[in-house]
Amino acid sequence: MSRRVVITGVGVVSPLGVGARLLYDRWSAGETSYANGLAPCSDFDPTEYMSTKEVRRSDRFLQLAVGACHEALEHAGWNGERPYDSERVGCVVGTGIGGMETLEGQHDVLRDKGPERVSPLAVPLMMANAGTAGLAMRHGLQGPTQTSVSACAAGTDAIGAAMRLVRSGDADAVVAGGAEAALTPLSRAAFTAMEALTDSGVSRPFDARRDGFVMGEGAGILVLEEAEAAEARGATILGEVLGYGASADAHHITAPSPEGRGAALAIERALADAGVGPEEIDYVNAHGTSTQLNDRAETEALKAALGEERAKAIPTSSIKSAIGHLLGAAGGVEAAVTVLALNDGKAPPTLGYEEVDEGLDLDYVPDGPRDIGNGGRLVALSNSFGFGGHNGVLCLAVG
Amino acid sequence: MAAPTQEAVEEKVIDAIADLGPERSEITRDASFESLDIDSLDLVEMNQVVDEEFGVQIKGEDAQKLKTVGDAIDFIVARAE
Repeated sequence: MSRRVVITGVGVVSPLGVGARLLYDRWSAGETSYANGLAPCSDFDPTEYMSTKEVRRSDRFLQLAVGACHEALEHAGWNGERPYDSERVGCVVGTGIGGMETLEGQHDVLRDKGPERVSPLAVPLMMANAGTAGLAMRHGLQGPTQTSVSACAAGTDAIGAAMRLVRSGDADAVVAGGAEAALTPLSRAAFTAMEALTDSGVSRPFDARRDGFVMGEGAGILVLEEAEAAEARGATILGEVLGYGASADAHHITAPSPEGRGAALAIERALADAGVGPEEIDYVNAHGTSTQLNDRAETEALKAALGEERAKAIPTSSIKSAIGHLLGAAGGVEAAVTVLALNDGKAPPTLGYEEVDEGLDLDYVPDGPRDIGNGGRLVALSNSFGFGGHNGVLCLAVG
Repeated sequence: MAAPTQEAVEEKVIDAIADLGPERSEITRDASFESLDIDSLDLVEMNQVVDEEFGVQIKGEDAQKLKTVGDAIDFIVARAE
């Protein structure tokens, strides 16, 4: 019998505010948080968590991770003291880009003041593993640490990797998720140049009028623990990571394979890893970016992996309709709210979904939140797909 | 560039260190960098400010010899002269 991996804490900093429950409630109530095609975390103040020196020594993506991690550890009841040997607690934080603000800011310094003025902090702040390193250092986590850098699949890949560290026995607990803070002039220009961002400024996943994603920032962190150890310490179990599946499209640097084959493979692998069949899935937290290509390919992938009839019957929604696309943070935030949704027994809505697009014929829950399940165990998939063709899927359960 | 008087250098160094995190009241001539939690990366940042202001560079072995705020002030004043 392999080791089971449970979730004991979730934490989120999102454009809808600081707090996982806050985000879930606001999304469920139909609130959105973006303007002019951007979704910043305007309510987040890093000085609530960090000293002046710590703030100076961290890029914004790490600061957002620190905020989310603070909530997740508190939620798990780890206040101050770790229930495990430090050397048995790992950390895996995914990000699409890393310290983009630092990179751009220091490039300005290089251009305007010369190379001798570039900060000695530039490298440790901008490196993509600074999120993982920062949380490990802050909380004294000396177990295995990794960083997933798989674009918009990074947060999901991080949780998948973390689950496997616990399952394999390499760690007894892992702090895992995603963080991103890339609302900078360069990255906005770059995403605009590839026509990935919305012109209309509206995030409308799966709707016929969808025209690109709203770029957001944030962080989502989960505390994963080995099930028996968590139960032994009397932890409140929020849910379980049943399985994880990953694949690559091996198709194109940005476009998904048209029939969603790579994504379907990741979904099939997540189900197989979890040991559950399509009939047991109660909810799908879709990647649902609001781009023409993703939402069609993802719909195709769900049909291919779950069977057309079953795929159409499962409530499938995208939180990107509320907060936009948090890139490498998306998978962390979405796993956190999916766990809360399952605890609530509800499928939250895809906000603003009105016009049906031909071939996009799943149940996108425009009328949500809606009750799901029959009172027993609830199981969900959380999908993330990234540029480069990276596909990551988590299978999560509650009850 | 500013004239490197003892007072001018002291003021600039204390300002630069205060920007790095320590409480201003703790930044005295006798305070050690260790007690102020100022490490080698911080010293490079402080040096960038001092270099811009007084044209003095504190590098490598020189930086390693500086243990207190006063050491740094005296070094800069001496080099600037």
